[in-house]
Amino acid sequence: MNWFVVQRLLGLLLILFSFTMLPPIGVAFLFDGRAWLPFAEAFLASIAAGVIVWLPVRRVRKELRLRDGFLVVAAFWTVLGTFGALPLLFSEDPRLGFTDALFESVSGLTTTGATVLVGIDELPKSILWYRHQLQWIGGMGLIVAAVAILPMLGVGGMQLYRAETPGPVKDTKLTPRIAETAKALWYIYLGFTIACSAAYWLAGMSVFDAICHAFSTVSIGGFSTHDLNVGYFDSAAIDMVAIVFMFVAGINFSLHFFAWRYVSIRHYARDPEVRAYFLVVVVVSAVVVATLVAAGTFTSPRDGILNGLFQAVSIATTTGFTTANYSDWPGAIPVLLVFSSFIGGCAGSTAGGIKVIRWLLIYKQGVREIVRLVHPSAEIPVKLGSHAVPYRVVDAIWGFFSVYLIVFGFMLLAMMAAGLDQVTAFSAVAASLNNLGPGLGDVAIVFQTGDAPKWIAVAGMLLGRLEIFTLLVILSPTFWRR
Amino acid sequence: MRILILGAGQVGSSAAHSLSREEANEVTVVDMRADVLRELQDRLDIRTVVGHAAYPEVLERAGASDADIVIALTDSDETNMVACQVAYTLYHTPTKIARIRSAEYMRADALFTQDAFPVDVRISPEQLVCQYVEQLILFPGALQVLDFANGRVRLVGARAQEGGLLVGRPVDSLKEHIPEAEGRIAAIYREGMPLAVAPDTVVREGDEVFFISERRNIRRFLDEMRMLEAPVNRVVIAGGGNIGARLAHALEHDTQVKVIERNPERARVISEQLNKAIVLVGDAADEDLLIEENIDSVDMFCALTNAEEANILSAMLAKKLGARKVMALINRPSYAELVEASGTIDIAISPQQVTIGSLLAHVRRGDVVKVHSLKRGAAEAIEAVAHGARESSRAVGRAISDIELPPGAAIVAVVRGEQVHIARPDTVIETDDHVILFMTDRRRIDRIEALFEVGVTFV
Repeated sequence: MNWFVVQRLLGLLLILFSFTMLPPIGVAFLFDGRAWLPFAEAFLASIAAGVIVWLPVRRVRKELRLRDGFLVVAAFWTVLGTFGALPLLFSEDPRLGFTDALFESVSGLTTTGATVLVGIDELPKSILWYRHQLQWIGGMGLIVAAVAILPMLGVGGMQLYRAETPGPVKDTKLTPRIAETAKALWYIYLGFTIACSAAYWLAGMSVFDAICHAFSTVSIGGFSTHDLNVGYFDSAAIDMVAIVFMFVAGINFSLHFFAWRYVSIRHYARDPEVRAYFLVVVVVSAVVVATLVAAGTFTSPRDGILNGLFQAVSIATTTGFTTANYSDWPGAIPVLLVFSSFIGGCAGSTAGGIKVIRWLLIYKQGVREIVRLVHPSAEIPVKLGSHAVPYRVVDAIWGFFSVYLIVFGFMLLAMMAAGLDQVTAFSAVAASLNNLGPGLGDVAIVFQTGDAPKWIAVAGMLLGRLEIFTLLVILSPTFWRR
Repeated sequence: MRILILGAGQVGSSAAHSLSREEANEVTVVDMRADVLRELQDRLDIRTVVGHAAYPEVLERAGASDADIVIALTDSDETNMVACQVAYTLYHTPTKIARIRSAEYMRADALFTQDAFPVDVRISPEQLVCQYVEQLILFPGALQVLDFANGRVRLVGARAQEGGLLVGRPVDSLKEHIPEAEGRIAAIYREGMPLAVAPDTVVREGDEVFFISERRNIRRFLDEMRMLEAPVNRVVIAGGGNIGARLAHALEHDTQVKVIERNPERARVISEQLNKAIVLVGDAADEDLLIEENIDSVDMFCALTNAEEANILSAMLAKKLGARKVMALINRPSYAELVEASGTIDIAISPQQVTIGSLLAHVRRGDVVKVHSLKRGAAEAIEAVAHGARESSRAVGRAISDIELPPGAAIVAVVRGEQVHIARPDTVIETDDHVILFMTDRRRIDRIEALFEVGVTFV
């Protein structure tokens, strides 16, 4: 382990992160002038901490090794969650304890979107902005940003990039230089954010709401500036904008890159993962809409269709925006929706969940077993499009899948041991591990539990965002053995 | 510069390594072996593409449409030639370099024109290595002999040893020893680290000294560094592969050459090609065979098989049995450093390093004629042509002392037409001069490139 290299990078990243405390100060002065002090304090605290960590080792120039990459990413997300909680901890309104502040901050950064806050409409604008900004930064990942702007990372950048970005196959670079790849991703992300803000504004939101919601839409976060979430606006146009951008943000960003580079949408149609993703979203939406209309949950069929579609896309992409309290919906729909969040978006997107590509490959392996029963001596590769998937990837997916389930099981038990009822516990774990946000029962809109479940949820959100292994690997003895 | 390297073999990997280290380059490597590429991508900041290097679809995916240079280094000459053709025809790639191993193709110059196989530069690592070794045999005592300006000027590296006239004396005294011949010391390495050379720097025993002079004076300067060495008359070459056979062929007229080849069939093939050299069938690490063939009277033992470990061991054995000098072909830089530092092997030849220079010359901005990579890629010797006028160039029209060079870089010679001028502080660079530079730190290469680029105002 190159401790000094890890320390230097952590310090640098923390310094980088501290600058994200500055925009809320601007927002505070632009709007109500309230709550700028907590951000100034938090800025000074984090930049001071960053400088203290970085200064003694600033001259260390060593190549980042594979293990260091894992450590940097895992440690940084933990540190980031803690320092991100500072402004919320320092603020007068809302007055949060450490647990709640940390929960809110991690929920934001991991783009989960679960909240402990009530009376959001009344909060200072700077706090609202900051929550959305956390989601926006967490969506593409601050480490990807660091890879883009810190030139000294080199190959080490690839290690970090791999440890942070989601998906089973991470060797595909968009450009030869990792820094250029990271830059391209952020440009695309920024482009979507601007487009989304404009669309929300045109659909009738105020500029502030439009930008905030664009942040939490393209990052597949789910925070809103209102207690009623997107339901507050009660506007079909806004719902449609949200649906489109949630869906787009759930697609692999490298496909967006190709679309932009070659000015063509062929890549989307040809990509097996996107097709499966599209299919999942369409099927889930159809079932939800049909049930809602049949059961007459909404007075008009139009409302049923709109709400059903919105909720299906929002939950299936793991965004967690709500227009209605879906936990009260009839039949199996609430659980179906929570299940669909396990699928999540595509690899390399900002969405959470297990990711469509893994499910697709697991499904294909199931099909392969059936074919094998009929043709015992057949050689059947698992193919994605026209390419055979390497065995290593297939193995890794099974490993990931089983660990995901085991982690889920343990966290479910822990939640129940902490006093939650079964439905609440199940949905709370699903909502945090899949970076979804709202669950069922006591965690449907606001996360109303004791402190212990919140800590479990914080762990779940981090595990989910870093796809479990990045965190788990540093807890393993193998990692620390020399 | 966007660079496309086809083939991730030894030469391909080391080219990728060397080129991707420079900030300005974006390197993509194509190979059929996914595992090799994955390993390479773990170590280097490059993009990799799995597929056949000559297929248009693969080249397309690798970004051939906006590549500035294609370097085809696969094992197969035919693949390399076709890949260049595809890159030229479909993607109009400006510079195409191909490795051509087979002498049959190499000889047919007419084949490599824009309307046949559009290969701009052909490189043959075997031939380059062979020439390199030949030079070393011609100049016993030298560690490296590098040509510039079509061989008019040579840069020679040698280890200073007791008995050399300059050893224990300041660099300045060179003028008194050889008043009539021009030459100068380009760099001195002491214990592997470059020294800042001043006129009063004293050359010590064990220093690695690089000096430059006109071709005909090389031997005089070599004498300054070490006791006069007897010319090489008896050579044993271990390994009758491409390099070994080629070298034997080049040397057999003037020296007594023995080639040891393990494979009887191969031994027969090369024995038919060679006229005077003796081909022995056997193992180069066989003590009895070596003693039988009078290894103790051999001047130079060259271990040139494909297996570097075998090369190291057989060279060490030959040295122990009394060969005057031994050299071994070693691919891995870490091995090469190990054996050279321990002194068990006199010269470690790194084929990649010999080859990479010829690639670097085409990647450099500005009019760079020749690049030699030195010290395992840490240092570089460059021949660049100065263009433009005083207003448009940062070099032309200025005395050397007025040119801003990055630390560790020095202009060592200027070739003007047929004339060789060893650099002095007051030498003024004129347009179309070939300027030879030595850089101990090649990370500053961009500043050297900038020196030889012509400003926008000059068209």
